[in-house]
Amino acid sequence: MAKKAHVTVTVNGDEYEALCEPGQTLVDLLRNELELTGTKEGCSTGDCGACSVMLDGKLVCSCLVLAMEADGRSVDTIEGMATENNLHPLQRNFLELNGLQCGICTPGILIAARALLERNPDPTETEIRYWLAGNLCRCTGYDKIIRSVMAAAEEMRGA
Amino acid sequence: MTDLRYESPETLDAAVALLAGAGDGGHVLAGGTDVLVLLHSEIIAPKLLVDIKRIPELKGIREEEGGFRVGAATPAMELVDHAKFRAVWPGVIEGVNLIGSVQVKGRASIGGNLCNASPAADSVPPIIAAGALASIVGPGGLREAPVEEIITGPRRTSLKKGEMIVSFRFPKRPPHSGDCYLRLTPRTEMDIAVVGAGVSLTLDDGGVCTAARVSLGAIAPTPLLVKDAADALVGTKVDDAALERMAEACRAACKPISDKRGTKEYRIKTAGVIARRAAETALQRARGN
Ligand code: FES
Ligand code: FES
Repeated sequence: MAKKAHVTVTVNGDEYEALCEPGQTLVDLLRNELELTGTKEGCSTGDCGACSVMLDGKLVCSCLVLAMEADGRSVDTIEGMATENNLHPLQRNFLELNGLQCGICTPGILIAARALLERNPDPTETEIRYWLAGNLCRCTGYDKIIRSVMAAAEEMRGA
Repeated sequence: MTDLRYESPETLDAAVALLAGAGDGGHVLAGGTDVLVLLHSEIIAPKLLVDIKRIPELKGIREEEGGFRVGAATPAMELVDHAKFRAVWPGVIEGVNLIGSVQVKGRASIGGNLCNASPAADSVPPIIAAGALASIVGPGGLREAPVEEIITGPRRTSLKKGEMIVSFRFPKRPPHSGDCYLRLTPRTEMDIAVVGAGVSLTLDDGGVCTAARVSLGAIAPTPLLVKDAADALVGTKVDDAALERMAEACRAACKPISDKRGTKEYRIKTAGVIARRAAETALQRARGN
């Protein structure tokens, strides 16, 4: 049997502990041990971006991180995006401008888009498209996603 | 995967000892963007994963003797975001930027891209063109090797059992130097190179090329350093005739396969075109600094 080990990880500011196997991924830890199922798993190979989270402030695919690699680190997921009564401007604009249909890609895209706006509050359409190239969507055709991000960016710059 | 063990040593000595102790069952884990996919699809079945990301020498970008030393496990995004490195080696950054999505680059490293030993790895030709040296540690101690000597075939490297790359040394850049990496893909993003070309060159005050290195990817079982292509540029003003001789040397060096991304003939023809365009951009950059 593989040797399990305790992993301590801070998710959205709260500390969690779980017993993990060496091959177990961070997305598996989040969804199946911590029951934070907002983060989705699509491909498990780093191609679709559905599992995007922030690891110590860096945008990563949580299917390409081992739970044990996250030991002692901090993770930000979609569950930490809205405050108690307020959606994040990205979330609100996605709802208003139909930036989602089935919603499977949405948590990953929101996390990735927020990471972009933190380093570049005024991205061009092209910059948004390149930044989100690692997030696949089977439903929207992308245009509404891009428009939602642009609208949120504008709103956030004004705020 | 049932008896897999994970270790994350904090010193080079500890990592070397772990790998030596594991024999054939040990596998280095850097950013994991290739290793975890291979692991979960059971293409590799190591008994021990040695995560090297907690070892200080493997991380970060430092200035050294007028050049740079880059930890082998430094995430690609850290290189892309390093303004000074980007200004000196824009061609290396062009290759690094194509390793994958932002998410993948948040983990993937140039050491990993090299050791994964794909013929089409985008960061490898510009790093070969840059003349970078790999520092390698193993049971026999430290050694240094040119990057073009690391990949020996698809998924095969010249690293000996228990060895791993610690860092890369990018030499000091003389004035009037420029580099560029270009690749040909059907899509602009998230694709694998049909052909890739890295060119680095240096001019004297009169605009004559005094040094050049040309490297091609995806046109042979390994990325190639094409000496004849560089020789075609050295001693010239990198004029049309020199560029055409360089392109011809590139075409002559290709030993490609035909696959769904392109036929042999297409790869050979476009290798000349892409190398020439990369050289033209490297030339402009060299003239500008
Ligand atoms: S599930 Fe991680 S990228 Fe698709
Ligand atoms: S909304 Fe369905 S995959 Fe994007």
